[in-house]
Amino acid sequence: MTSIADIWVYLSASPLLHLALTLVAYQAGYAVYRWRKFNPLFNPVLIAILILVTILLVTHTSYQTYFQGAQFVHFLLGPATVALAIPLYRQVARVRKSALAVTVSLIVGSITAAASAVLITWVLGGTRDSFVSMAAKSVTTPIAMGITEQIGGLPTLTAMFVILTGITGAMLGAPLLNALGIKDWAARGLAMGTASHGIGTARALQVNEVAGAFAGLAMGLNALASALLIPAAWHLFFGG
Amino acid sequence: MVEWFTVLIVFQLAGEILSAATKLPVPGPVCGMALLFVALVIYRGVPEGLAKTAEGLLTNLSLLFVPAGAGVMLHFGVLGHDWLPIGASLILSTLLTIAVTAALMAWLSRKASGSAQGPKPAAPEPEARS
Repeated sequence: MTSIADIWVYLSASPLLHLALTLVAYQAGYAVYRWRKFNPLFNPVLIAILILVTILLVTHTSYQTYFQGAQFVHFLLGPATVALAIPLYRQVARVRKSALAVTVSLIVGSITAAASAVLITWVLGGTRDSFVSMAAKSVTTPIAMGITEQIGGLPTLTAMFVILTGITGAMLGAPLLNALGIKDWAARGLAMGTASHGIGTARALQVNEVAGAFAGLAMGLNALASALLIPAAWHLFFGG
Repeated sequence: MVEWFTVLIVFQLAGEILSAATKLPVPGPVCGMALLFVALVIYRGVPEGLAKTAEGLLTNLSLLFVPAGAGVMLHFGVLGHDWLPIGASLILSTLLTIAVTAALMAWLSRKASGSAQGPKPAAPEPEARS
């Protein structure tokens, strides 16, 4: 007869366990989110992460082991990003009409994100590694890590800031925009995508299709703008 | 479903190739999004199967960030005694960025639509298709 411990040893070596765990944790997070009537403060990503991290710490599971199962979910980020072309195409008339407003707002937003992140961290006494790695925090992960490498920060620290920025924006963006009285869905979506890349886009898509389309657009354009502006500005101000 | 998933994957691959070949500072999947967007503009519409497949992926977009997110929390220790400046910066800078971007975009769009209605009468837009 096989003992529970043997079954556990067998299961933890297979990617199925951690794939299932990821999906179940997300379902739990989403159930809470739906129960709270999609209140952004009950962000399903954050809840799922908290459940998973608790389980991984309690069972002494390494992130590498976990990721062998979770990579199948992670991989779908690529095709899902490509699929953002569809909501964008549906709003093509609107996007074309506001092309100038989008460009100006995006560039100003992009500079605000980088400059304020570096300044606040530096003013509050953060170390050099921290404030340098903070510059690209609003940019989608692969590009953010590339930017940080160019300006001499720690790319892995940036990867962490990027995820936390995404969750922060997805949680606090809607209450802030409501408080400011901004009802224009295009403006709300553009802001979420600029500040909080894919995680902000995911929240925008759940709320409104126009917002989702502009958020996806902003995420892509912010990657481009930041990759061009941040290293150039850095070398201009800090001379290398 | 599988055929349209294939389309998405092929566009992602094309995006990765474009991104690597042109050394554009844009991730492969975002290049793939741009390529698919151009293809839809040329095709003048979204095939129904593609729309369904995309919807399936996009309604669960937040799920796809969970694996990377779990990695973040496990490495919380590296924040060390910098947690306060980092935490404050993440929250304040993100809020400031959202406020500035949204306010500017809302103001500029209002200004643009206001002036467009001004001198000339609202002519039907030639490119406005249903």
